[in-house]
Amino acid sequence: MALRLDVPPEVVPGAQPDKAKKRRDKPGSWKLAIKRDWRLYTLLALPLLYLLIFRYLPMAGNVIAFRQFQPGGSIFGEKWVGLKYVTLFINDPSFWQAFQNTIILGVLTLVFCFPMPIIFALLLNELRSQKFKKFVQTVAYLPHFMSVVIIAGMILQNFSMNGTVNQIAESLFGTTVNFTQDPGWFRPMYISSEVWQTMGWGAILYLAALTRVDESLYEAARIDGANRWQQTWHVTLPAIRPTIITLLILNIGTFMAVGFEKILLIYNPLNYATSDVISTYLYRVGLESSNFSYAAAIGMFESVIGLTLILSANAISKRVAGTSLW
Amino acid sequence: MVNKTATAIRGVAAQGVLLKDMKVSRGMRIFRAFNLVFLLLVVFLTVYPFLNIIAQSFSSEGFINAGQVNLFPMGFNTETYKLILADSTFWNNYGNTVLYTVVATAISMVLTTAFAYAIAKKDLKGRSVFIGLAVFTMFFNGGLIPNYVLISSMGMRDSIWAVVLPNAISVFNLLIMKSFFENMPRELEEAASIDGLTQYGILFRVVLPLSKAIMATMVLFYAVANWNSWFQAFLYLDNPDLFPVTIYLRNMIAGVTTAGSAGGTAENVGQIAANIQSVTIVLTVIPILCVYPFVQKYFFSGVMLGSVKE
Repeated sequence: MALRLDVPPEVVPGAQPDKAKKRRDKPGSWKLAIKRDWRLYTLLALPLLYLLIFRYLPMAGNVIAFRQFQPGGSIFGEKWVGLKYVTLFINDPSFWQAFQNTIILGVLTLVFCFPMPIIFALLLNELRSQKFKKFVQTVAYLPHFMSVVIIAGMILQNFSMNGTVNQIAESLFGTTVNFTQDPGWFRPMYISSEVWQTMGWGAILYLAALTRVDESLYEAARIDGANRWQQTWHVTLPAIRPTIITLLILNIGTFMAVGFEKILLIYNPLNYATSDVISTYLYRVGLESSNFSYAAAIGMFESVIGLTLILSANAISKRVAGTSLW
Repeated sequence: MVNKTATAIRGVAAQGVLLKDMKVSRGMRIFRAFNLVFLLLVVFLTVYPFLNIIAQSFSSEGFINAGQVNLFPMGFNTETYKLILADSTFWNNYGNTVLYTVVATAISMVLTTAFAYAIAKKDLKGRSVFIGLAVFTMFFNGGLIPNYVLISSMGMRDSIWAVVLPNAISVFNLLIMKSFFENMPRELEEAASIDGLTQYGILFRVVLPLSKAIMATMVLFYAVANWNSWFQAFLYLDNPDLFPVTIYLRNMIAGVTTAGSAGGTAENVGQIAANIQSVTIVLTVIPILCVYPFVQKYFFSGVMLGSVKE
């Protein structure tokens, strides 16, 4: 791409050389840029306005974490109260329980949900029948296209007292479990449904990467006497490594936001001990009890941790693996 | 002569491959059998909840409650379908979903296309700032509370705008579209500009007609997301006449309403809930299932486009 930009002026037809010269005369002048590209800037106006109002204004709105907020008043609050709300949540045991639950669910998600798509893609890649491969893919992507409300409905029904999971439990162990209300079962329920939801679609980027692996590498490995497993270990995995790392960084970035909408739909007061995460806790504090400033302080804490996580993951992988998002 | 030798060599090569194949074949065959079984199991486990929901939707409450409904309906019953299909709230909410999906997708497409086309121009001054502004929002956002406060303060509560505007631009989609525009041959646009077309003219008469595939992909991306979304509506809509069908379903799951409540006396509400929920789920999923074959194909190519970016 860069080459095309450097086409020598004499081969560029028409008015181009003139423009190019002008650009060289006053490099970086906004006046010139606007004169030349004002139509492009008009195209940008609405999208930028959107970003400003719906993305950056709320970021600024986080100041209410440090200010007194009056519903119906200014969105930036009324007067400074310093770290009042920060100290409030630091001393709030419910917050720390939610914090702990968030970390545990986040780690479990990384451990169980992150590797599954890789394994799934590798297994799909071993299939010789393209038709069967396509069939499995088509079915496995399906949960990704379902609304989280529908997913939640399915989870609650399958794990209900007379749902399928309990039917199996009863025939195997002779007992039933109240999965949807017992705090001890929330995590298995959440993680297993998360694997169900994400495994198929998560494989898609790996499958895309796998199609680009150089066939001659396998041939060379075979000549060197590598068996199928060694080929996978020494050729396939290194080839998709950048994809794995990129997705790992992105996953770490969403670590703190663990399935907020899904948890909100499937949890209930009986299992808060394990199900309540930071985002659901701040939802209840903020929108159900109308403690906006308090909830904003918690939300800011969450976003800052999320941003820190992704920045560090990116920096580490840049140094260690040489792959990074930016 | 040459041909003959080539054939001979090929023959030997084929034999060699064959031999090798046979040598590894036992371990390989076991693996393949295991792989096949495993993947079939994945297929079954993925489809099972859907089949279970369909079976429940056609079953009578007694059998569901006794935990006897798995893959096939027990005590075949279509009464609940009739009940839901006769519920005017259901149809009203379904209509809302269609309306929100169409409006939101249209807004998203206009904003995303305009944005992507402009930032795809490599010599646009300020380009990297605009890209940065968009990408930063992928990793850091204002959070629930400030968003809620802002949207409420703009008087958007209980209006369609609270549903269709706040998530109008998906940065992920934006980046896919941008890389598509970037990969268009520059000569096309140069030729058009020599023919006297302005940047608007180039966009509308040259670039967009050549971008039908990516446009279709984007429309499907946005439409599916909007069809499935519920949280904006849940936060900002209080008037039941404005609810999308996802909220209808959500309220049913949360036990707020047993819609089509004609069905239930207090004690059998719990029983029929599973049946009614299943019917509603099936009716909500049907449109997605109808477009799914197309969506799946386009989604895949969209993701491929996005992933070749680097």
